[in-house]
Amino acid sequence: MNEPLQQRVRAYPGSLTYIDLIRRNRRDSMLIMIAVILLGVLVGGVIAAGLGVYAGQTADQLLPSILLGTAAALVGGLLAAAWSWFNGASAILAMSGARLIEKDQDPELFNVVEEVAIAAGLPMPRVFLISESAMNAFATGRDPEHAAVAITTGLRERLTRDELQGVMAHEMAHVRNYDIRFAMLMATMVGLIVFACDACWRIAFHGGRAGRRTSGGRKGGAVVIVLIVIAVVLAIVAPLVARFMQMAYSRSREYLADAGAVELSRNPEGLASALGKLAGDTEPLVEAANRGTAHLFIVNPLRLMRESRQSLDTLFSSHPPIQERIARLLALAR
Amino acid sequence: MTGFIVLGGLVLLLVILLFWFIGMYNVLVRRRIDCDNGWSQIDVQLKRRYDLIPNLVETVKGYAAHEKGTLEAVVSARARAVTVTSDAAHAGEKAAAENLLTQALGRLIAIAEAYPTLKADVNFARLQEELSSTENKVGFARQHFNDVVARYEESRQAFPTNLVAGAFNFEQRGYFKVEEAAAREAPKVKFT
Repeated sequence: MNEPLQQRVRAYPGSLTYIDLIRRNRRDSMLIMIAVILLGVLVGGVIAAGLGVYAGQTADQLLPSILLGTAAALVGGLLAAAWSWFNGASAILAMSGARLIEKDQDPELFNVVEEVAIAAGLPMPRVFLISESAMNAFATGRDPEHAAVAITTGLRERLTRDELQGVMAHEMAHVRNYDIRFAMLMATMVGLIVFACDACWRIAFHGGRAGRRTSGGRKGGAVVIVLIVIAVVLAIVAPLVARFMQMAYSRSREYLADAGAVELSRNPEGLASALGKLAGDTEPLVEAANRGTAHLFIVNPLRLMRESRQSLDTLFSSHPPIQERIARLLALAR
Repeated sequence: MTGFIVLGGLVLLLVILLFWFIGMYNVLVRRRIDCDNGWSQIDVQLKRRYDLIPNLVETVKGYAAHEKGTLEAVVSARARAVTVTSDAAHAGEKAAAENLLTQALGRLIAIAEAYPTLKADVNFARLQEELSSTENKVGFARQHFNDVVARYEESRQAFPTNLVAGAFNFEQRGYFKVEEAAAREAPKVKFT
């Protein structure tokens, strides 16, 4: 362990327990969820206003369009959330190329998952294997009764039993904290916001020129121009903000799940040692993961050995630096 | 007119209090059920271990029949552990019996080292994995039981739920603890 890392471990207050961490993170994630919903509604309203302006509406005619836009955003978000509620987990598993396995195929893996499920007092989740040499694992599902854990063959083969228990305890902590549901709904809503802004750009780009030709002498002047500026700024900023919130949420959830894994396995060294092995793996999980599913995995599947280099990357990274996570785990081990 | 407003306000207050009260009562009930459930989960895992042992004994017999003493120690320790009822009153006794069984099993697994053919047996390896996992599961089930008891006791003793708990006689629940010093100092058997 290098010197700054030692210092960080000492800087971590010794009185802080995983229960405090869980309380704090639970509150934070609720706030972020509300913020994303508000952002979505805002985007819906502004897009509607923008469309109204392009359609030649004057400023005082815009209110119904804006209301309609926010309502459409709410309904659309609700429909998308309902879809992912029932199909999200299977879609994610299918996208990752995960296949369901039975106990006979890997008794040790099954036993380890069952052990941590018992420790958490939760039903046994379904177990999936991803045939990839890159090392990673994730959990998904809408609630503990419909949960699934998946692990790549690369990770499965390289872990000792204690390390595997740490990784599975981390995943089970995600299940117990309902991170799997939050992550799924977040992914859907952020995806929707990004998609809506993107679609808005396309319409503006094509429809904008047509609008300019037809409406000639437009009324409402200043207000309309201000609205257009707001819409343009929002269309640029909203997807970034949405992604940023998703990733910030994801990072704090990773720390929480690490703490939860310690609570379940009572063995911080197991997960710390597994994370150490994961840190050494530079192979990105290109086939099984994309930006939409990255935040589900135990370590960022899209990483390219940038752990040591702290930069703007960390703002948009779905995961905290592994070294930082190990430091916090070992702080809990004292 | 003001009389009605005051009356309405009082009724509203009472209704809110009633719902709050019901909420607290239900939390206590749920946590008490968690305790019962947690306790029976320990039993489930212990039974699983009892079920594994005859198989294991048979497998070892096939390769090392003359290790009679060790085999019989396991069989009798199992027989004893099965007969001890596993309610809260007998928790200490049960733990002691389970502990003897664990030690006997440890010796049984240890003799496998002297029999390479036994160690190489697929069935034996599978049973060994099941056994060590079941040991872990028993431990985790006990840990979970203590977690839910802690949560129950917290709401039973903390204000204001303690008022509801007192009024409806929510009894205290004890933690699972290994009572005898000998049991605590038992050698940790590594099966792997």
